[in-house]
Amino acid sequence: MRRLFEMLFPPRSESAAIARERLKIVLAHERVSRDGPDFLPALQQELLDVVSRYIEIRPDMLRINLDKSGETSLLEINVEIDGAKAKSATPDIAEAKSAIVAALEPAKSG
Amino acid sequence: MAKVVVVTSGKGGVGKTTTAAAFAAGLALRGYKTVVIDFDVGLRNLDLVMGCERRVVFDFINVINGDAKLNQALIKDKRNDNLYIFPTSQTRDKEALRRDGVERVLDELREDFDYIVCDSPAGIEHGAITALYFADSAVIVTNPEVSSVRDSDRIIGILASKSRRAERNQEPVSVQMLLTRYVPERVNRGEMLTVEDVKEILSIPLLGVIPESESVLRASNTGTPVVFDEDSPAGRAYMDAVARFLGEQRELRFVTPERKSLFRFIFGRA
Repeated sequence: MRRLFEMLFPPRSESAAIARERLKIVLAHERVSRDGPDFLPALQQELLDVVSRYIEIRPDMLRINLDKSGETSLLEINVEIDGAKAKSATPDIAEAKSAIVAALEPAKSG
Repeated sequence: MAKVVVVTSGKGGVGKTTTAAAFAAGLALRGYKTVVIDFDVGLRNLDLVMGCERRVVFDFINVINGDAKLNQALIKDKRNDNLYIFPTSQTRDKEALRRDGVERVLDELREDFDYIVCDSPAGIEHGAITALYFADSAVIVTNPEVSSVRDSDRIIGILASKSRRAERNQEPVSVQMLLTRYVPERVNRGEMLTVEDVKEILSIPLLGVIPESESVLRASNTGTPVVFDEDSPAGRAYMDAVARFLGEQRELRFVTPERKSLFRFIFGRA
């Protein structure tokens, strides 16, 4: 009976939606390393090192993007920390966050 | 002034040669004197798809090396007086495509033709770069499939940085996408990227959508560019793409599932 139902009304596959999301993510990455200034991959790695001192994150949880529109350039840094484990030294995620912000502070002024 | 159009994709097997053949034949049908050049040195196939494989005497590399004159190597199509085929060598390797030689041949062709269609090899190596280097326009052949879309993005980046227009800081190559092997039924079932998805991801203008069609294989079996088959959905979709390329407005067709009549259902054949 169920097979008959599935034959008449095939379940909708969502694989195209998965393909779309995967492509968006991988191309955003590749465009940065291809079109961006040479220092972006190095910057990304260093940021990752800093963040990793406080929180256990995977490399794909930190994304940087340089957007140019007309005169202005915007450097966007996204760090996904939901579900990330804090290093035992700093058990609190909020504490880790402020530690990272502090660590990034000199880079901003410099 | 002749325009150089490269048909390229990065990925292999997406329909570059089919598209180059159909596109060149379509331009010829619209009255433009057109030559289609095979840049896939070593893996010659345009001659087969165009149905002139037994008429090849001299090739692109012979002309570049000065062993033959251009008019000795050009093959005039038997179906349309505006259409010429310029086959490539089967025996040399891709390095034989010297950039200065290609430039000289293209300059000579520019004097005689309205459109020069370059059928690029797959990949992003020497042959593919040489095929796109002199382009004024590019047709990016993409399938609604992850690896094809990614490679298209790559080749779009290369056109923007490594073409002659980019190197000389001229107006950039006009890049448009042709989505081929599209199956509306699978798109509706959520199994295949939609036209809108691919357009949004690649963010380049859409030249057309070519539906997956039995007529494409029939066309290559017989060595006839698919646009000569007036009953074929793919052929008509290619003619629409050519019209858009020439600046005309055409509604997208063949992007929604075809309603099969009972007759078709029983007797098959699209």
